[in-house]
Amino acid sequence: MSHHDHDHHDDQRGVSRRKVLECMTWAGTGVLWTLTGGVPRSLGLVDAANAAEPAGLTFLQISDSHIGFDKPANPNAAGTLEEAIGKVNAIQKKPSFMIHTGDITHLSKAAEFDNAEKIISQAKLDVHYVPGEHDFLDEEIKFYKDRYGKGTKGPGYYSFDAGGAHFIGLVNVVDLKAGGLGNLGAEQLEWLEDDLKGKSKSMPIVVFAHIPLWTVYPQWGWGTEDGARALDYLKGFGSVTVLNGHIHQVMQKVEGNVTFHTARSTAFPQPAPGTAPSPGPMKVEDAKLRGLLGIASVNFKQGDQRLAIIDTPLAG
Amino acid sequence: MTYAALRSLGLAAAATILLGFASAQAEELKVTIDNFTFTPAELKVKVGDTVTWTNHDDIPHTVVSAGKYRSKTMDTDGTFSFTFTSAGDYKYFCSLHPHMTGMIKVE
Repeated sequence: MSHHDHDHHDDQRGVSRRKVLECMTWAGTGVLWTLTGGVPRSLGLVDAANAAEPAGLTFLQISDSHIGFDKPANPNAAGTLEEAIGKVNAIQKKPSFMIHTGDITHLSKAAEFDNAEKIISQAKLDVHYVPGEHDFLDEEIKFYKDRYGKGTKGPGYYSFDAGGAHFIGLVNVVDLKAGGLGNLGAEQLEWLEDDLKGKSKSMPIVVFAHIPLWTVYPQWGWGTEDGARALDYLKGFGSVTVLNGHIHQVMQKVEGNVTFHTARSTAFPQPAPGTAPSPGPMKVEDAKLRGLLGIASVNFKQGDQRLAIIDTPLAG
Repeated sequence: MTYAALRSLGLAAAATILLGFASAQAEELKVTIDNFTFTPAELKVKVGDTVTWTNHDDIPHTVVSAGKYRSKTMDTDGTFSFTFTSAGDYKYFCSLHPHMTGMIKVE
């Protein structure tokens, strides 16, 4: 992966907001995150674990496994998910848990959910899911909810505490409006406001949802219509990390106290915004595919402003 | 075969001919989905015409016209057909990718 030509180094303080925004325009190469303070370069996850034994809480993010997808962009989505879980199992310090930011399946078929479960459970970790639009395709939206909806509200949102941080799983793939983007809806926003009430502002917040909560590229629907309202409720918190999937590529930006990050898919890559006529599965040479799929590891150390996020491709 | 059965067969045949005549003017029109785009984005049809959408993408799509019609999820090469029986403008979109919108104008 090429290093970008802007003269940004580890310290973001010297980077003007305009520069950051400039970078946003070509983001999607997975390079942008090198300019943010506290975010390490992409390292092999195993190497990283050996080099610096992470202190504090570590959890993993996987996303967009699209089990059932069998088109030319990756005829074996189950195989690459298995490879991703293999990477997870190779980590020396066992992560506390895993989050999956949706599109577990490609077509919401019961067999696809079952196959995904069979593979993901090999990591022997608790997994906190949020649904993608591909998980809600069955007529009654039953298969996802039966498996992962227990103890959640509405279409499947919830929160929990772990390692001194507060985690919030949101659903922004339901009741989408013509011409619009992802959608949280009034009821969920009300719940979110309520959920955050009384929380100490020094408590790190991790929000995860399928579609990016920030506007990545509205022409392709990559954003959430009422995401800004959710972010309003998060103002004032010292450390907020927003983890998303959906766009099948690493993208990151930092705005004030909020770090936004999208994860790679374990199934197939999508083009960078505006570089193709449309989003959708991108066929690359077989040798390159595994460099574009992967998992993310997030390390949270008490007292650190930002959570360190390491993106690891299935293969360099 | 009884006389009654023959007679009802005859009626059925006549009904078929009548239906065929009535629908002789009705057309079958197509909208394709490629690269997350409905083509044509706007289509003019007449009352009685049938429109068939075909998804050529490697990603599933739907066709939803609020309160009018709603397709099941169309996987690659999946189709959905709807016959328009009254005039009007039928805006529609893909409920999975709502930035995809289209319009059928029925005259």
